Amino acid sequence: MIELNNVKKAYGSTKALNGIDLRLEPGKIIGIAGENGSGKSTLLKTIAGVSKIGSGSVLIDGKPVSRKDAERIAYLPDADMFYSYFTVGQLFSYYKSQFADFNETKAKEVLDFLEVPLSSKMKNLSKGMRGRAKMAATLGRESCYYLMDEPFSGLDPMVRSDLIKGLIRFTDLERQTLILSTHEIREVEILLDELVLLKGGKVLAHRHLDEIRGETGMDTVEWMTKEMKAGAAE
Amino acid sequence: MGLDFEKDKPIYQQLIDRLSGDIIRGVRKPGDKLPSVREYAIDVGVNANTVQRVYKEMELMELTETRRGQGSFITENEERLQLLRDSKKEDLVKSFIANVEAYGFSKDEIVELVRREIK
Repeated sequence: MIELNNVKKAYGSTKALNGIDLRLEPGKIIGIAGENGSGKSTLLKTIAGVSKIGSGSVLIDGKPVSRKDAERIAYLPDADMFYSYFTVGQLFSYYKSQFADFNETKAKEVLDFLEVPLSSKMKNLSKGMRGRAKMAATLGRESCYYLMDEPFSGLDPMVRSDLIKGLIRFTDLERQTLILSTHEIREVEILLDELVLLKGGKVLAHRHLDEIRGETGMDTVEWMTKEMKAGAAE
Repeated sequence: MGLDFEKDKPIYQQLIDRLSGDIIRGVRKPGDKLPSVREYAIDVGVNANTVQRVYKEMELMELTETRRGQGSFITENEERLQLLRDSKKEDLVKSFIANVEAYGFSKDEIVELVRREIK
């Protein structure tokens, strides 16, 4: 279980997180949505323990998160953090040296499923192929929590669809939890159990997708648009 | 993706409808084993929790039975299956009638046309 209690974080005078209260149960796939600057990336960094918070608390399985937790949380940043001269195989070796939970066999299996050659250099890969290689490296880790920041951004629909299939196939919700931020709600909603909507560094709404569809009779994007407007009016 | 889903109806509900349809059409027969939660999730391209819920609801509806350690099986209770067929039939006809009435066609007109068309 991930718990955030009144979490605040500012970059200079910009409030990135402005009092976040959130409970994320294990064994779910949870989407984080919101406009640019709503705090999605900062929220993920905060949970991953790679970004210090200003005030409040972040608990993972009851314990305050720290940089050490990077060892048990597989975090996939939005930015390209890999050495461009690495081949995919070298990238995997690097991961193996950094993370005790890295399972090279699984990473190779994901890579194979996503049809990326192990010998290709990161810098020679197209954006879509690089996105797949990053996904394979992340899913290669046998972590309890996967945190993925915009894993589909800038990728074409075919690649997105393959990545979604990969996520379904290579995560095990009986022991793993997946939290991902995205702009592409329309394409990933099929994957999600829950959706957290952020606005201005706060949680505007947190709902189960079946509830949204069942109770409101709206589709998810329609519901989001309505919530955002209502949030703006407040 | 494996399947297309309607946007404004819960996905678990759509999957229950789909599996029920398979049962009615005889694609899945009484006593047949359903795929494991994981297999079916990968097959249709949704997350495993959704399929878990589908299987649970279908068991509550007595359309399936879970045998411990073996998985879920389509019920062999003929009475229950007949009920499923009847209710599907009724739903289809009711929605057809509602559609037709919305256009203002008379019942006699429709009954006559249906008779002619299905001959």
